[in-house]
Amino acid sequence: MLAKVLRRNVRALPFALLLVFTTLLPALAGPFEDAVAKFANDEYSDTEEAVDALATSTNPLAYTIVSALQDGRLMADPETKKVYVTQPDGKNIDALTGAPVASIPDSATAVRLNNKLRRHVDAALGGLTLQSPDPAIRIQAAQSVFKTHDEAMLPAVDSALQKETDKGAKLAFNEARAAILLFKADATDVEKLEAINTIKARGDQEALALLTGLSGEQSAAIAHAAAAATAAIQRNLALWSVLQNAWYGLSLGSVLLLAAIGLAITFGVMGVINMAHGEMVMLGAYTTFVVQQTIRTSFPGLFDYSLLIAVPLAFIVAGAIGILIERSIIRFLYGRPLETLLATWGLSLVLQQLVRTIFGPTNQEVGNPSWMSGAFDVGLITITYNRLWILCFTLAVFAILLAMLRYTSLGLEMRAVTQNRRMAASMGIATSRVDALTFGLGSGIAGMAGVALSQIDNVSPNLGQGYIIDSFMVVVFGGVGNLWGTLIGAFTLGIANKFLEPVAGAVLGKIAILVLIILFIQRRPRGLFALKGRAVEA
Amino acid sequence: MPHVLTRSLDRSATLFVIVVAACGVLIPLSNLLLPAGSMFQVPTYLVALFGKYVCYAILALAIDLIWGYCGILSLGHGAFFALGGYAMGMYLMRQIGTRGVYGNPILPDFMVFLNYPKLPWYWNGFDMFWFAALMVVLVPGLLAFCFGWLAFRSRVTGVYLSIITQAMTYALLLAFFRNDFGFGGNNGLTDFKDILGFNVQIETTRGALFALSCLSLIIGFLICRAVVTSKLGKVLIAIRDAESRTRFLGYRVESYKLFVFTLSACMAGVAGALYVPQVGIINPSEFAPANSIEAVIWVAVGGRGTLVGAALGAIVVNYAKTYFTSGPLAPYWLFMLGAMFILVTLLLPRGIVGTFNAWWEPWKAQRISANAESAAREDGVSEPNPAE
Repeated sequence: MLAKVLRRNVRALPFALLLVFTTLLPALAGPFEDAVAKFANDEYSDTEEAVDALATSTNPLAYTIVSALQDGRLMADPETKKVYVTQPDGKNIDALTGAPVASIPDSATAVRLNNKLRRHVDAALGGLTLQSPDPAIRIQAAQSVFKTHDEAMLPAVDSALQKETDKGAKLAFNEARAAILLFKADATDVEKLEAINTIKARGDQEALALLTGLSGEQSAAIAHAAAAATAAIQRNLALWSVLQNAWYGLSLGSVLLLAAIGLAITFGVMGVINMAHGEMVMLGAYTTFVVQQTIRTSFPGLFDYSLLIAVPLAFIVAGAIGILIERSIIRFLYGRPLETLLATWGLSLVLQQLVRTIFGPTNQEVGNPSWMSGAFDVGLITITYNRLWILCFTLAVFAILLAMLRYTSLGLEMRAVTQNRRMAASMGIATSRVDALTFGLGSGIAGMAGVALSQIDNVSPNLGQGYIIDSFMVVVFGGVGNLWGTLIGAFTLGIANKFLEPVAGAVLGKIAILVLIILFIQRRPRGLFALKGRAVEA
Repeated sequence: MPHVLTRSLDRSATLFVIVVAACGVLIPLSNLLLPAGSMFQVPTYLVALFGKYVCYAILALAIDLIWGYCGILSLGHGAFFALGGYAMGMYLMRQIGTRGVYGNPILPDFMVFLNYPKLPWYWNGFDMFWFAALMVVLVPGLLAFCFGWLAFRSRVTGVYLSIITQAMTYALLLAFFRNDFGFGGNNGLTDFKDILGFNVQIETTRGALFALSCLSLIIGFLICRAVVTSKLGKVLIAIRDAESRTRFLGYRVESYKLFVFTLSACMAGVAGALYVPQVGIINPSEFAPANSIEAVIWVAVGGRGTLVGAALGAIVVNYAKTYFTSGPLAPYWLFMLGAMFILVTLLLPRGIVGTFNAWWEPWKAQRISANAESAAREDGVSEPNPAE
């Protein structure tokens, strides 16, 4: 900075004068230099003047200095009248030039602030960020002006608006300007009406808050326009909140479906009630954890592919354990559903404790790959990438499973065995092999669900328990033995849950859903889409 | 009445009643009368522990009545147990009076803490013991009646019933965890002082509570025996073994089920009510679905459909739990519990008592028939011989 000032003055002044100039620099330089020099006095009145001068300065260092002042990082040396900024990273720079300084003299102290000054600092910072080179920060600054609609900011906003080239930032500045004008006492009605229109077009919660905050002493036309705009924004918000709830519902529904889809195979198709189903999900999540640990230690570059690697591995791990369980326990209990329930519950205790013993009882950290993190906005709703990917993944798993049951020979054999075991056996189908594979398939899908759920839930030994009751509710609600029923059941419950939540609260909403399902089962004991048949007892 | 008694009390049942009665008298007496440190003196903490086991035994009886004799596997019986416990807990809370931390004569501490302006309406009447005692039976009974009426009428059976009972207790768990539900939220009800004017902490009250639990176990056992040995009991067994056939024979299956389910829930409520003053706390975790399933395994271990076995199973499993979870083997207890679920269902489906009976009965039958034969020879009366 100093070099630039010097170069500018070289053309205008002889060398001799230059020498004098440099010694008298603080006294003779521009407003920025004047202002910075005032900090060195460490008097409240001087500091105030300096802050106000910096607020309108276009010098890129102004923001650094004022924010340093706010945090007590602005150091002034009363002896040499020099001012320094300690950066948040601990390095020191000269406030006037921005040049790095090795160390600050011991005599330097932090410039003091009082409450009146703090208000000036806040206002100055708001104005200074409006000129930040980063459009995202400019938009943020404009948003904060929109909320505070401080009249003093109007010149800053106007000047920023004139220079603005970024489309989003321009819109934000226009809105901020409208907010200021709306509350400006001496603004004309035409300006105010235009402002109301701008704010109405914005149409979100903050615009609503702004309009409802408009006090009484307005002309009839303004009050009328404001009321109309408020109503329009409220309608708009109601529509978006419905859409938002629908999205949350779809998202929750996809999680429920993912957790329940494996159960729809083991319980729905085979009729085996597997209380250890949640633990298969948990094993899938832990497989993801192990895969990520291995990648972190050995192949850090592959981290973004960790989930793609974990999905087939989780399917194999959970599926193999499923087959083991079927061969060693469940096959002895066919036809005795209540005993199966108890045995598999015991199994779930053992698996949980096993994982607890190996990995410890605390939550394990499973990271999000870059393509799973972040979010984007659609209108007024925010959609996170991980929820979106989980929805896609769920639907893909569902479609593949449906196709597998319909078009592969294993699927054909599965359907044959579940419809009429003895007839299938007579036709030469190895029913016990089909049983084991079906159970393995259901467990494997639960394992894949675990990979997805590890992205949004805590990976702990209790992960599965949270899903088991919900999964059973989905399968029972949708109708046993019908994958489409499970799909519709999951999304119905997910959406119903999210629409009840704002009305009744999260816990009461969940209780209401459970009570509704219990009542629903009374009406239709075999679920939404019951298999029709002549058997008295299934 | 005498007829019912003789019918209910076969040899093993009589033995059970005598053993429980003896424990109910001797354990408190030994605790109170013998000097501390004596070999036969039962320490006070053990009296409370045994009291807890006896309450669990009553719960197990209630589950065996519906599961062993009617084939209804309820995974939500812990809810009835906890409801009975909460009813008793509410009475005990109101007995604290001004001795609470905040010294409010009407409101329990947690309500003062949560800024309740006055007592919620459903807390009225719980300052009277008779009312609380009535609620101990009525609340679980009414819930079971409504639930069962809906479920059995629409023929929800088997695992579906199990799952929705589990959902029921899960919903109650969530509800009782809420602070604004008026039952102390997460912390539940605790810090009890008096029951009927007696300090719940002192040894004599503990002994009396233990004796009372044993008495309740005996009464509950006799009620169950009376039910299962009656004609009603035969219908229940028929429903367990072939529900549709029983219905086609003209029995109103749902009425039988509803009766036995409600009775069982009332018993579970009584068990919970006796449990709370002896343990000194009731909180929402009693509603956890895992607790209800654990209670089912007591019955399975002891022997489903034997009543005596259920009570025995509850005591054995809980003793094992206390033993292992307090020792160095604590991390392995869940392995053992899980293995118990698996092994009992796979290898010991009739439980301890059922398996014992299966060995014992043929031998006994053989002996009885041998006795009858020899008796018949001695009397000189032989089978009527058509040849004579």
